[in-house]
Amino acid sequence: MVQFTLPKNSKVRTGKTWPRPEGKSIRKFLIYRWDPDTGENPRVDTYFIDIAKCGPMVLDALIKIKAEIDPTLTFRRSCREGICGSCAMNIDGINTLACIYGLDEVKGDVKIYPLPHMPVVKDLIPDLTLFYAQHASIMPWLETKTNRPAKEWRQSIEDRKKLDGLYECVMCASCSTSCPSYWWNGDRYLGPATLLHAYRWIIDSRDEATAERLDALEDPFKLYRCHTIMNCAKTCPKGLNPAKAIAEIKKMMVQRMV
Amino acid sequence: MHYLTDRKRAEGRGAAHKGTEHQWFMTVSSVALVFLIPAFVYIFGTALGRPHDEVLATFARPVPAVVTALTLVAGMMHFHRGAKMMIQDYSHGLTRKALIMAAVFVSYTVMAAGLYALVRIAL
Repeated sequence: MVQFTLPKNSKVRTGKTWPRPEGKSIRKFLIYRWDPDTGENPRVDTYFIDIAKCGPMVLDALIKIKAEIDPTLTFRRSCREGICGSCAMNIDGINTLACIYGLDEVKGDVKIYPLPHMPVVKDLIPDLTLFYAQHASIMPWLETKTNRPAKEWRQSIEDRKKLDGLYECVMCASCSTSCPSYWWNGDRYLGPATLLHAYRWIIDSRDEATAERLDALEDPFKLYRCHTIMNCAKTCPKGLNPAKAIAEIKKMMVQRMV
Repeated sequence: MHYLTDRKRAEGRGAAHKGTEHQWFMTVSSVALVFLIPAFVYIFGTALGRPHDEVLATFARPVPAVVTALTLVAGMMHFHRGAKMMIQDYSHGLTRKALIMAAVFVSYTVMAAGLYALVRIAL
């Protein structure tokens, strides 16, 4: 059954409160911490930083905390401009990218947790191995049967436009981990991010494996666990709409049946 | 402890090649119920509070009888498929199977009892 309470060893406790510095622009950060090596329950540590001496984004604050206060704080980050998708986390209750989420968008204390309902590797780092394997399972590449053309696979401007709103996905997992269907059946439901990518290849005019792709998705769990809850579209830090892509796949499924 | 690769976990047992028929049925039955439910509520409302004989006479007429029968069948079919979807969402393993069986049993029982009563009244 669905779990409504956390297991005993996952209950979050109050952690360490770090010293408050002097300054006029002090903000409080409540950050989820868990270290598998200690065997202790997760905790929420409290940090204070002077945002007058910090960059404008949540990731800037995290980097400042790690550099100046607590070097043990662990999180993923790379590009710092919303392209790599590494720094996805739950900030102020919203799954988003820390690098493009402004501190001014958060009212009150800044609460930072890892992406929800995923196994945690350490602190703010979720285990995304199954998520990536699900993405790989939908064959995220161009499948062709026709002999390779002399120059390139041609595509009209109109057909290329169909990929807009799809190719921009950076696989940050914000959408999938905001989806209740993915929380309850993440082992069988592919989730919004993977299905958005599936549609990206289905709708690609150059791809010749549409039938196989649709066949592989026709399943009560892989595709039809989507109940159009729309959390995915609401949370996507890139402003994409995975729910619409899933609806388009469902429409194609019906079109080939009715 | 299972040492399954992530790819094997992601692939699972493959696609069941089912689901679209369910999706289409729910769409069709939803559209049907948009018309049937108000019609049934209207018929039921007109009969409500009337003497026993008048109620029997109402449901013995062809249109109320057919609307009631269609509402029962479409409603219960829609219910059991919708309930199955909800059960699959929130429960797993043996509980899931048992609850799906219960939902099927309840919906077909209600449907059969309703149709039996309607036949008794109308014929």
